[in-house]
Amino acid sequence: MNIIWLGLILIGVAVAAFTGRASAVTDAAFAGGKLAIETIIGLAGLMALWMGIMKIAEKSGLMEGIAYLLKPVVRVLFPSVPGEHPAIGAMLMNISANMLGLGSAATPFGLKAMQELQELNPDKETASEAMCTFLTLNTASITLVPGTIIALRATYGSANPAEIVAATLLASLVAGIVAVVMDYFVRTYNRLRGR
Amino acid sequence: MSLLDSVSLWAVPAMLALIPLWGAIRKVKVYEAFVEGAEEGLEVAVKIIPFLIGMLMALSIFRASGAMELLAQAISPVTSALGFPSEVLPLMIVRPLSGAGALGVTADLLKTHTPDSYIGRLASIMQGSTDTTFYVLTVYFGAVGVRKIRYAAGIGLAADIVGFLAALYACDWFFR
Repeated sequence: MNIIWLGLILIGVAVAAFTGRASAVTDAAFAGGKLAIETIIGLAGLMALWMGIMKIAEKSGLMEGIAYLLKPVVRVLFPSVPGEHPAIGAMLMNISANMLGLGSAATPFGLKAMQELQELNPDKETASEAMCTFLTLNTASITLVPGTIIALRATYGSANPAEIVAATLLASLVAGIVAVVMDYFVRTYNRLRGR
Repeated sequence: MSLLDSVSLWAVPAMLALIPLWGAIRKVKVYEAFVEGAEEGLEVAVKIIPFLIGMLMALSIFRASGAMELLAQAISPVTSALGFPSEVLPLMIVRPLSGAGALGVTADLLKTHTPDSYIGRLASIMQGSTDTTFYVLTVYFGAVGVRKIRYAAGIGLAADIVGFLAALYACDWFFR
């Protein structure tokens, strides 16, 4: 991440020197900071709301119940997470929300899952295997109803805005399977090398 | 699709009603539990801010300097060899970096080429089958203070590339 971050800035400034866009870069840097705060203001209320609901789910034993049902899947994907850990319930909620296209509900559930995984993580500065697997699942997860796109297509006058749903499902399923398999191999490879 | 539509329409109201109801049945002090969770939610939101500022600043510089266009030129031989039309190239570059940005690019493609054209369909499918990998990594790892993310970025980006390719083939398969 350090290299990516530094690379983006250095390449950006270097290119700006050639294209003569120094002032645009200055404006963009400040606008980026402003956008971060605006994004957080939008997100903070939603996060508080969903984490509040999640707390009720947790205290009423709902999370453990979900985790119990998913035990067999979890054992393969998350060998380092104990069977009935609250992280599993939170991860499931995150992935379900993603599948339904509820991005604003998915993020708080996902962050809750990350907190739970962090408690199991022996090295708090470094990502654990379980975190990498979870993020793989998250970024590769299937969207059943790509609502935003359908709405966008309808806005621009599509005769059948939802016609892309089946193709989208297929493509995201393929990407998801490949990602999960890659994650599995990287994990196994690291373990064999003793890392 | 109408069943799926109503599931996504009712998912949030159902969760908002059923989870507290279940809590009350299990004798949880629902309001107090909610407030306790909400407080944690706000703490997490505050924790993410520095990570988000760092990442959005770097991305904005990269885009405003013209480096993004150079990158598009650099990779265009590869993508056109794979069969991607050059029109969707900006979408492929913006997609992992910014959700709002990618939506803007897709909206522009739908407007210019119409949603039912080949480009319009392909852009719609590509948008739906990939994710804003960098944003997700920044926010999720930022929330728990993890700085060394190991192989997560590599797999996330690889998944996006596979998603683009799968979108291209799915689009050809369904619509040609």
